[in-house]
Amino acid sequence: MNLPDEQTLWIFGGFFLALTVATVIGWILQRTATGESGAKVIRNLNERVFAWWVMVGVFGAAIALGTTAAMTLFGLMSFLALREFITLTPTKPADHRSLFWAFFIITPLQYVTLASGWYGMTVLLIPVYAFLFIPIRTALAGDATDFLTRTAKIQWGLMVCAYFLSYAPGLLVLDIPDYEDQDAKLLFFLVAVAQSSDVFQYIWGKLCGRHKIAPHVSPNKTVEGLLGGGLSAIALGAALWPITPFTPLQAAGMAAIIVVMGFFGGLVMSAIKRDRGVKDYGELLPGHGGMLDRIDSLCFAAPVFFHAVRFWFT
Amino acid sequence: MMARLIALLARLFTGATSRWRGCAPEPRLRIYFANHTSNLDFLLLWMSLPQQIRARTRPIAAHDYWTGDPLRRWLASSVFRAVLIERKKVTRENSPLVPMCEALRAGDSLIIFPEGGRNLSGEIGEFKPGLHHLAREFPEVELVPVFIENLNRVLPKGEFLPVPILCSVYFGPPLKLEADEEKGAFLDRARNAVLALRAS
Repeated sequence: MNLPDEQTLWIFGGFFLALTVATVIGWILQRTATGESGAKVIRNLNERVFAWWVMVGVFGAAIALGTTAAMTLFGLMSFLALREFITLTPTKPADHRSLFWAFFIITPLQYVTLASGWYGMTVLLIPVYAFLFIPIRTALAGDATDFLTRTAKIQWGLMVCAYFLSYAPGLLVLDIPDYEDQDAKLLFFLVAVAQSSDVFQYIWGKLCGRHKIAPHVSPNKTVEGLLGGGLSAIALGAALWPITPFTPLQAAGMAAIIVVMGFFGGLVMSAIKRDRGVKDYGELLPGHGGMLDRIDSLCFAAPVFFHAVRFWFT
Repeated sequence: MMARLIALLARLFTGATSRWRGCAPEPRLRIYFANHTSNLDFLLLWMSLPQQIRARTRPIAAHDYWTGDPLRRWLASSVFRAVLIERKKVTRENSPLVPMCEALRAGDSLIIFPEGGRNLSGEIGEFKPGLHHLAREFPEVELVPVFIENLNRVLPKGEFLPVPILCSVYFGPPLKLEADEEKGAFLDRARNAVLALRAS
């Protein structure tokens, strides 16, 4: 990586401006809001904006510090997300050693192999070796009750929180012709489109959401929110084409992949929350919920985006 | 100093959140009574209290375990200021209630686990009568039900390496012994108060 280059500064300047505008709007709304429920929505909005300042700051700092810092940040995010996931899914004392491996050996190892550039092991570690290891370790612990459910939950947590998410910083080790040392901007493209898609869908849904897509799974998702928010995020993605190895049309297509997978990521992770009877995975980010609530769309978009880039552009 | 450091570490690892449901963290004379699933229960509850309150709150701990070696002895006496009680061969002279009453009289709040021992299944067992005795002796003390969630998953019995599952500590509305309340009825009511927090 060769940062900060001029483009990167422009992008972060743009987001700084967008957040400043959002902060000012939130501040004005707070002063003019009427009614109990209105005030509550505005309070939540302002909490979200504040958390965005923190997230943009941390993400920007990690990118500026280089590949290792970015990998470490995503590794930490995986760890925190897995923690929320396992907290929510009941496990038994016999799962203890498997969980210890999942948290302290397998998740870090995923990022170590990724950073070392051992691509083959990065893509196999969790889907093959962890998949074999976890049931073996749990079987050795000797409790057969709900065995399949318990091992499946741990494997699922590892896949979503560690494996899928690791594809995002995985972009940093791709070799794209005529795009050397600029991969960080591609990671930025992925994160910006996925996260802004969530924000745009939230705004469009709040403004004109009528028709619920899946009322029993995720009651806040509406057709209007998805279309308006999705198209806005795709437009943003297309507008970001100068920082990518794509043409404007390709950038829009890639953004569409991220938007669609991100939407389904949010839907699937909501289904799990609903089944467990909770609204959020955690309380790490005020207004947003937990780490996993914030990155659910990213987890589903990252692997598909990564492989699309790897297939067509390397 | 050491107490603060240990509280901070435990807090980071368990990600513990204190949820005050029905009473606020105030510096009143209280008995916090909680479910007991792990050896670390008292530590988690104790560190979930704000620092000033923590300084005037003493956990009840087993005498035989916490005097086992110099480190544990130092932790129990200097860091946690534990009220050490006898678990085995209890006689009238070394009755566990005596040091508890002394601590309350000295103005310190207490952390107790009325099930008497750890319940490894995660269920909440019947309460021992000690809580009733304290409630009768000290009618002015607030009895705060506490439910500790998930700590048995962090470190199950017999394990030595913890896993970082998020824990919560729920504090419920304080109870008092009613004027004509029977011992059994009171203990049931206290146990149900803890169970109600689990359902919340």
